[in-house]
Order: sequence, then C-alpha cells, then structure tokens
Amino acid sequence: MTNNKLNKNEWPLWEVFIRSKAGLDHKHAGSLHAADAQMAIENARDVYTRRMEGVSIWVVESKQIHASDPGQSESLYEPASDKVYRHPTFYDLPDEVKYM
Amino acid sequence: MILEYILQLADDALIMGHRLSEWTGHGPILEQDIAITNTALDHLGRARSLYQYAAEIFNALPADKKTEVFNSVAINTTVQTGKAIDEDDLAFLRDVRDYRNMLLVEQPNNDWAYTIARSFYFDAFCYYYFGFLCQSSDATIAAIATKSLKETTYHLRWSSEWVIRLGDGTEESHKRMQHAINELWMYTGEMFVASSADSAIAQAGICPLPETVAAQWKNKVADILQEATLTLPTGTWMQQGGKTGVHSEHMGYLLAEMQFMQRTYPGMEW
Amino acid sequence: MAVQSFQEHFDSLIDRDISIEPKDWMPDDYRKTLIRQISQHAHSEIIGMLPEGNWITRAPSLRRKAVLLAKVQDEAGHGLYLYSAAETLGISRDEMYEQLHTGKAKYSSIFNYPTLTWADMGAIGWLVDGAAIMNQVPLCRTSYGPYARAMVRVCKEESFHQRQGFEIMLTLSKGTEVQRKMAQDAFNRWWWPSLMMFGPPDAESPNTEQSVHWRIKRFTNDELRQKFVDVTTEQAKVLGLEMPDKDIKWNEERGHYDFGTINWDEFWNVVKGNGPCNKQRIDARKKAWEEGKWVRDAAMAHAEKRKQKANNVQAA
Repeated sequence: MTNNKLNKNEWPLWEVFIRSKAGLDHKHAGSLHAADAQMAIENARDVYTRRMEGVSIWVVESKQIHASDPGQSESLYEPASDKVYRHPTFYDLPDEVKYM
Repeated sequence: MILEYILQLADDALIMGHRLSEWTGHGPILEQDIAITNTALDHLGRARSLYQYAAEIFNALPADKKTEVFNSVAINTTVQTGKAIDEDDLAFLRDVRDYRNMLLVEQPNNDWAYTIARSFYFDAFCYYYFGFLCQSSDATIAAIATKSLKETTYHLRWSSEWVIRLGDGTEESHKRMQHAINELWMYTGEMFVASSADSAIAQAGICPLPETVAAQWKNKVADILQEATLTLPTGTWMQQGGKTGVHSEHMGYLLAEMQFMQRTYPGMEW
Repeated sequence: MAVQSFQEHFDSLIDRDISIEPKDWMPDDYRKTLIRQISQHAHSEIIGMLPEGNWITRAPSLRRKAVLLAKVQDEAGHGLYLYSAAETLGISRDEMYEQLHTGKAKYSSIFNYPTLTWADMGAIGWLVDGAAIMNQVPLCRTSYGPYARAMVRVCKEESFHQRQGFEIMLTLSKGTEVQRKMAQDAFNRWWWPSLMMFGPPDAESPNTEQSVHWRIKRFTNDELRQKFVDVTTEQAKVLGLEMPDKDIKWNEERGHYDFGTINWDEFWNVVKGNGPCNKQRIDARKKAWEEGKWVRDAAMAHAEKRKQKANNVQAA
C-alpha cells in the first residue's frame, strides 16, 4: 500500500493471515516485508508464530488487496440495519418449543 | 566415551548458536534478524538439553574418574568441591582444549554470505545425521535428535534458499557467496572424520559413524550449489582438530566473551 | 463531501470512541502526528535492541541467555509491527529508516545510556520495560486502528519482559554482597533516565492536549510518571534496594509518593544527541543497514529472476 519514494528496491509489503488452530478461519495477523511469496511465508512463521499462534499461514501482497471505500459505508452497510428479521431473536416462540 | 560424544554435539550447537546470536540487532533486514535469532534459539535449546544430559552422566561417574575428564582448572575446582555440575558449568567453566565442537561452527560471521555458507554446510550435515540419531539406541539422544530434526529441517530450508538467492542474485552477491562457499570448504571434511568418541559410540551401536551421511551431504550441497549457479569447491585438503579440542584462534576469543561473567564472579547464581 | 464534512465525520468518530482506519479521511496533522509518534516508537524498539543485545554473548547462564535472546528478538518484532502500522499511513519503512539514520527522527533517550554490568539487564527489564508498559497499555485503545492492534500484540508479548528483569534483580539482591551492590548500582544509574522516559512535564509538553483529544495519548506524561513512581517504589522494597532519590516520601494527602527534581537539562542534552551512546547507537544501525544492502538487493534480484522464469514457462 505504500509507495516507496526512496528505494524502488524495497522488499514488497505482504499481509499475513494465520489460522490459529485447525477448524478456525485464517485471521489477519499483520504485515511484513519479503522478496517473494515463499520468503513471506517463512518470515511470517518467524515473526507471527513465535508463540505457537498458528498452524497455517496465508500471505498476499498488500498491493493485491482491494478494499471497500469508507466514504460509501452508509450505502454499503446501513441498509442491512433494518433487516432485523434476518436474526433468530426476531421471532417469538412459546417456551415449550425446544431445540429450535 | 558417551560423555565426550554428547559434548561434541552440545558444543556444536552452543557455538553455532553463539555465532548466530551475534547477528541479533544487526541483521540485513528486520524480518531476517528475527529469523536468524529463532535459529540461534533452536541451537541454544538443543545445547542445553545435551548439556543437561551430559551433566547427568558426569555426575554419576565415580569420584576418582570425575577429575580425569577435563583439563580446565575452573571446572575441576568445582568438581572437587563435591557439588554436582550442571549445564552452566559445562558451558562456562571449560577452556578451549575441553571444547569438542567442529572448527566450522566457530568460524566468525564475517558477512551474511559467510554466515549462510557456514549454516548451510552444518544444517545439511545435521539434517542427515540427526535422521540416524533419531533411531539411536540411547533413548535420550533419540528424543533430542527427534526434536532437533524438525528444527534442522527448517534451518536447512532457510540456509539453502539463501545460498540460492545470493548465488543467483546480483553479481556482487554471487561473488560473495562463491567466496564464502570456497573459504569454508576446508572445514567441512571434519564433519565426517570420526573422533575416538564417534568410533566408540558407533561400536557400541548407539549411533552410526558420521561418514555414513557423507554421500548424502555431498549430493545435497552439489544440488543446491548448482541451483544457485555456484561452483562446488574441489579442494581436498581439509582442516580438522575441533573435535579433539585443537581449535582455531577464534575459539579463545569466543569463550573469553561468553564465559567472562562466570569466570569473573565464580560460584554465583544468576 | 466537502472538507468540512470530512472533518465533522472524523470528529464524530473520535468523540464516539470509534477507531480510525487507514482508508478513512483524517486531518493532515493527525496523520503527521501519528507517523511521528509511531515511527519514534518503532525506532525505540529497534535502537532498544542494542544496549541489551550486547549482553547476549555474555549472559551468565544458558537460561538467561535464552531469555535475553527471546526478549531482544521480541523487540525486533515490536519494531516490525509498529513500522507496519506506520506504513498504513503512507510512509515506507525505508523512509522511516532514513529519518532515523539522519537524526531527523527521534527515539527514546533511555537507550543512549550504556549497559555496563549484567545487573543492567535486570534494571532495564524492571524499570525501562516497566515504564514502557505503563506508556503502552493505554495505547491499546488509541484511536488509530492499526496502531491500537499493534499495541495489543506488543503488550501481550511484553508482559514477560518486565518479569524477567525483576527476576534478575531479585536473584542479584538475594545473592552475594557483590551482586547486591551490582543491582543497587544499576538501579541508581537507570532510575532517573527511566523517569525521563515519560517525557517533559505537562506544562512544557505542547502536544499533549491535542494528542489526548485524538486519543493518540490517553494519559499525560506527569500522570503516568507518578503512577510509575508509586508502583516502583513499592517493588524496590521487595528487592530490598534503596531508592536512588532522597526525596521519595509518601504523601498522605495526595495518596502518592512525592519525588525529587528531575534533571531536565540532562534529558534535553541527551535528546539533542549528547548522550553517552547516541553516536554508537545510530552508527550501529547505519552499519547494519548499509552492510545489508547487497543482501536485500540480491533477494529482490533473485525474486525478479524467478518471476521471469515462471512467466517464460507460462508463455511457452
């Protein structure tokens, strides 16, 4: 995401995603610099799993990430706020009904 | 002889870890500073496990045998007090002649290429050798080797990749890498020369002779160097002596630095 | 949106304690202040590796050596997390290094003092990390998201740092007379610089008010300093060490310890570059960076070659 004005040869920036244990999603852990993808994974192993934080690593070059525009958040996210019927708590059931 | 043998392995790990740890805070980039420190910690951890085992064996020796094992005054003085020795006594109270690590691991860091070449030669050896050690008839050695093999597998990958990167990188890095590979070559032969401890251990069926892995080692080195567009050195003259305590001059300085606290303030807990 | 409404939106996020994220609009001053603060913090971690790093090869036991290695390595990690956070604001790590190497960027002055004895490893962990934690914990809730997340990670990892330092001090204070003296000497040398770590007094700290409003800072320098004095004075009793300040005295009315006058001339002098180790620290970093250049360039060149090869294979 940064444009290095000083040095074109700066190692690119990578975003690191770590699966903390089997069955869970990969979660964004942070970023780091590496010359290539292989090195990015190894650097991530050394930087972000020193305390047994992970069992699997994803890396993606930061410049490859496309993000939504915060300026559009109202139109993107607020329309969901009045759809309360999407949530189970919207529905009243008699207490006798179990396992639903 | 098993004591001497374990000390050989332990000293290799400690001295290698010591050299790598000299990079901490001074690496070429933050990410690699962290990576090399991880490796240093692995070596240090391995050294500790082995020293603890060595101390256990030493402490079980009959009293009259204990003073015959080492030449160093400092450790013998401790032994004479009748106190059991521990990992720190073995690391900090033995002088150069009692250290049994191979010459390769005590060679200075010089630059990143030297450091990588030294690691690469050593990691490739450990990788194949620990493969055998995992099956040792000595359960403690087998257990330590099993843990070490996992670490070493990663170390070898790391150092191999750097050999390739530097060999097949820029003109300057190629030159530096080839130079380091050449300069350290003469220290590689010692890995496969059996010391009397190695021979005794092999005879007892505890571990095979180090020469068992020589061919695999050479193939691996040749493969990686080829990928790195580097030339396999052809020199046949090999230095040796570390395993019998005849070290290079670097060793004295290394120990002077490493042992200074224990020597200046003897017998204290830290 | 006009600038006015961007500003209003930003202010409302700040007022409602909602995080600002990299792509959100932010005032220029906010961005600049953050870059300065985060990079300073990152530089402090990296420079901070040096005074302790030089004891790695001399640690008195293998256990202490392993702990120290892991700790100094953590500092590298913390620097990395923080540089990454700053990078989300549009500055590269290389540019930040350039600022550090040319003296344009500052770092914590405490690291310009020399580590003379092993007890300094204890004192640094106990006092310097103790002071750092006190500064850092509130920053886990700072307004800038990437900074706050980096700080959460830092604080989590940092928690063993102070403990290991205190443990070193405790071992020394229970040891021989020589060791106890070594501990007291280290305490004496590191105490005042530790108090200076919280920065100049509030009255002379012009940025404080704005920073507190932006939640880049959550407590003032003097508030944190007082808290540190209160906590540390009690801990020193456990160690059986004498406070290096004759004026330390419990003030019943304030509910705090009163303490002596800090030598701010010394502080500013060290900030200006005249501390005992300013030059060595920067020189060491510059040396590592310059000598690492061919390594970094080689890795990039090799990555480029590999990419080319992969492209050629695909094209064929």
